[in-house]
Amino acid sequence: MADGAPALTVAVESGRARRSATWRTLFGGAGGLGAAIIVIATLAAVFAPWVAPYDPVALDPPARLLGPTAEHWLGTDQYGRDTLSRIIFGGRASLSVAAASTLFALLVGGGLGVLAAYYRGWTDGLIMRVTDVLLSFPAILLAIALLAFLGQGMVNLVLAIGLVYVGPFARVARAAVLTVREELFVEASRSLGSRDWRVLLKAVLPMASAPLIVEVTLRLAYGILAEASLSFLGLGTQPPAASWGLMVAEGRRFLQLSPWATVAPGLAIMLVVLGFNLFGDALRDALDPRTRGR
Amino acid sequence: MLVYLGRRSLLAIPTLFGVALIVFLLMRSVPGDVVTNLVGLQGNITQERLAELRRLFGLDLPIHVQFGQWFSAAIQGDLGSSLRTGRSISGDLGMRFPVTLELTVLSLIIALIIALPVGVAAALNRGRWPDQLGSLFALLGLSIPGFFLGILLILLFSLRLEWLPPAGYVPFAEAPLTNLRHMILPALSLGLILAAATARIVRSTLLEVLGRDFVRTARAKGLAERTVIVRHALRAALIPVVTVVGLQFGQLLGGAVIIEQVFSLPGVGRYALEGINLRDYPVVQGAVLLIAAAFVVVNLLVDVIYGLIDPRVRYG
Repeated sequence: MADGAPALTVAVESGRARRSATWRTLFGGAGGLGAAIIVIATLAAVFAPWVAPYDPVALDPPARLLGPTAEHWLGTDQYGRDTLSRIIFGGRASLSVAAASTLFALLVGGGLGVLAAYYRGWTDGLIMRVTDVLLSFPAILLAIALLAFLGQGMVNLVLAIGLVYVGPFARVARAAVLTVREELFVEASRSLGSRDWRVLLKAVLPMASAPLIVEVTLRLAYGILAEASLSFLGLGTQPPAASWGLMVAEGRRFLQLSPWATVAPGLAIMLVVLGFNLFGDALRDALDPRTRGR
Repeated sequence: MLVYLGRRSLLAIPTLFGVALIVFLLMRSVPGDVVTNLVGLQGNITQERLAELRRLFGLDLPIHVQFGQWFSAAIQGDLGSSLRTGRSISGDLGMRFPVTLELTVLSLIIALIIALPVGVAAALNRGRWPDQLGSLFALLGLSIPGFFLGILLILLFSLRLEWLPPAGYVPFAEAPLTNLRHMILPALSLGLILAAATARIVRSTLLEVLGRDFVRTARAKGLAERTVIVRHALRAALIPVVTVVGLQFGQLLGGAVIIEQVFSLPGVGRYALEGINLRDYPVVQGAVLLIAAAFVVVNLLVDVIYGLIDPRVRYG
């Protein structure tokens, strides 16, 4: 017993050390930078009316196509609208569409993947064939086709981007559940007489959720890129509302006169996507120690 | 090998069928239907004329019959005609597909020329500045939207330096050099982004291979480091790279839709977008079907190449 105590202390310490290592992987360095970018962008979008210096749709023709000035930090567009304010308000469309479509893809795709892996058999076969076909389209093309035929609008935009990512989520969820479904604790839960949904929610999902969490973060990055691309093509957010992709498309016609109205929203897209990528990578490293340093 | 090829090709058929089914169903999900949309453009029309038009388009038949007719026509290369111009859609696509193909192939070449040296340099200098520079390149490439990179390239090389044209297209057969001058910036926009993703994979697979026994053996028997890397390690590392590059190449077809719009290239993607703007649904349907079918074929080819360079696959 006397030499049992030190061993216990070591175990506790290494547990704490591991937690702090996880914390460091997640928020130290690049991951912390990514988290900071995400938090700032989200806060700015949520509190846009208080943060933005100007009304994003207020026209001011005399002050059009300005470069950065003391009044307009990022210049103005062809109608004299303040670029910084439009970027802050545009974050609402970009972030909410990305978040809603990722949530849709997580619920539908993740749900299908879990069902496929848990029940196997023909359920698995059917679900996987359907996702195979969904994955047989280049991602952005499927979204373009959906918007072309279903018509444009916020709800269809979310559906189009979300449906594209159902396939990847289904695959990740299926793979994650397949690795845990044969574990003893799942069998234990089942042999205790739990119903299927209880086994899934209480035993399987908590153990299989790590890859899904990483997938969510990285898909948010894709979601922002997709929303920006579709709005750039004129299929996403419609004017006069502000969205980063739309701003790039609108500013483009005046690229020669004033590149600011184009370059600033483009950089905003890049920065926020970078934030999600940095945080997503750190999250993957923290949740899966095998990839550390790769 | 032939058995593997045959089996893999057969597997592509149900996928192509599924793709065609989705494209067909999307077309039928247009609010109203094609005829009301078409008529909406032409003003007043009688109910009889409406019914006649529906019969003309086959819209009065059961949906599975419609699909059967459309599908059998489509695999024979008949995609119908444009509601606007009345021209054959297959004919239009035949003129536009070479543009998209040239764009994607050039992008792939650019991506490989950049990604291989960057990835190898990063792996051989793990943790030092070439590696960190490579990581930064990969991160930026993953984060920049293709259309924004394209616009930045236009801003720098067309508007500021005036080295290259900002838009437009000349067929390669007419004037090869002018054609390439028009294609450099679009291909760079797609290629740089693909290069970023590929460099990362080259780095991680090469790092993994460098730790294997056969590399140690090659070193132990006194081969020059250069030979060890190029002849032994890189060759083994390229196998997974081929798969990923192949899959990315398919995604290039999607990226091309956007880049063609940025640079006003008359490819399949721009054709689809013109169709969307004019509500010319059969045009959109044909273009989407062509790109999706090309995507399936590219994935098939990737699997075949994979089977050719990795002997283990054939027995799988």
